[in-house]
Amino acid sequence: MAEPIVITVQSGWRADFGRVFAVVAKDLTAERRTKANFNAVVAMSALILLMFGFALGADAEGLKNAAAGVLWLAILFSGVLAFNRSYQLELEAGALEQLMLYPGERWTLFVGKVLANLAFVFLVEIITVPLTGILYHVAFPEAWLQIVLVLILGTIGFVTLGTLYAAMSSRSRSREVLLPLLLFPMLVPVLLAASGATAALLVGDAMGDSRAWIRLLAAFDVIFLVGATWAFPYVMEG
Amino acid sequence: MAESTLQGGAMTQPMRATYRPLERPGKALWLTILTWVTPIGAIAAQLIWLTQSLPDRDMGDLQKIFYVHVPAAKTAFLAFAWVLVQSIRYLWKRDERADLQAASAAEVGAVMTGLTLAQGSIWGRPTWGVWWTWDARLTSTAVLFLVFIGYLALRGLTDDPEKRARWSAAVGILGALNVPIVYMSVKWWRTLHQPPSNSENLDPFYALGKQVNWLMFTLILVVCIAHRYRAHVAQRVYEMEQDEAALARRRTA
Repeated sequence: MAEPIVITVQSGWRADFGRVFAVVAKDLTAERRTKANFNAVVAMSALILLMFGFALGADAEGLKNAAAGVLWLAILFSGVLAFNRSYQLELEAGALEQLMLYPGERWTLFVGKVLANLAFVFLVEIITVPLTGILYHVAFPEAWLQIVLVLILGTIGFVTLGTLYAAMSSRSRSREVLLPLLLFPMLVPVLLAASGATAALLVGDAMGDSRAWIRLLAAFDVIFLVGATWAFPYVMEG
Repeated sequence: MAESTLQGGAMTQPMRATYRPLERPGKALWLTILTWVTPIGAIAAQLIWLTQSLPDRDMGDLQKIFYVHVPAAKTAFLAFAWVLVQSIRYLWKRDERADLQAASAAEVGAVMTGLTLAQGSIWGRPTWGVWWTWDARLTSTAVLFLVFIGYLALRGLTDDPEKRARWSAAVGILGALNVPIVYMSVKWWRTLHQPPSNSENLDPFYALGKQVNWLMFTLILVVCIAHRYRAHVAQRVYEMEQDEAALARRRTA
């Protein structure tokens, strides 16, 4: 007489939080063990900063004015490399299907992926942001706290959409082209608001432009978070 | 009795299979008539208003590009609104018809947006002196164009029809949501550049010309979407027949 197998599915916010945390821990552990991805992305962002520097020419004043825009482009271009990767490991191991079969809400998987990608991009920014300051002759700004806020808000918007679109593009043909093609037009509002706020804060925000930009950025974050979390189960099913 | 068992079997199938299957589209008289009437009407309207309306005081005959520029832009928005409606309908009902409607509307909408940009550029070169300026309206239109180019690329690069339908519905809805957001950003962004203004006190004949052309462009949109939709349905029916034939061959072998 075999014992019947009983599976208890826990529910409630505590169990949901546990699932989110498990996904974050799994992704970050996989990243920490290889480090190859992180090193490549940091090198890529440094390279983008240098290339823009060469293209813009060695005019100190011009570089300083371009710094905010170039920083955000470096973050977007290098970050996009990381998103497909975050599903790629599971696809190669055939583990994505299994992950989908686990009991519990699908959105916890999305939030976990978003948090892991956020942690990854923030780590990249810890190197990219000071490097931009050095290469583009930007003095340490007085409003550094607000700039950190803009970096956090901008990265949330970018990572949220990136994680959603990578769920599709990583499972289709020509994923290297498809992800930027889908993602970048959708990111235009985030790029505008984030680089606008950063530029205003770097040169000293006498007109108070940054407040409007930051509000706009926060609004986009809310819209994208709600929209992407809603869309994710549809994207992942089957 | 045999019939009732068959029905019982059909009832146990999952809900999403309950819509009627796709059929090869037959002849449609309304579409044949519209396909002939619309281009004739559109060309006639163009000829009448190009020759009969007076040239603008400042811009001369150049002003007359608005007979095709404004309707093209409005038609594109209409097409993307249709993508939104059909994408929501697909996720709700899981009817492949809705997906194919959204795809057709996205294709025609992308063409219309491209036309709008090209026409605006042709008008902008002699008027503003540049082919392109970083105006909020121009830029948001270009972004809209690229969002739906991405949508079409996603469709082209996904093989499984069910997966393609779900994904493109999600991208279509998010893309259409993005349109008013990008449009709103006019307020915060590059406030020095005003979007090109339209004077309210139009000559009645000129206003009528815009309305007639707007109607013609809407008809063009309907005709194009209908033809693309029927082509998509025919393609899907053909694919499914091929699949069934291959399956039947494997069974007999």
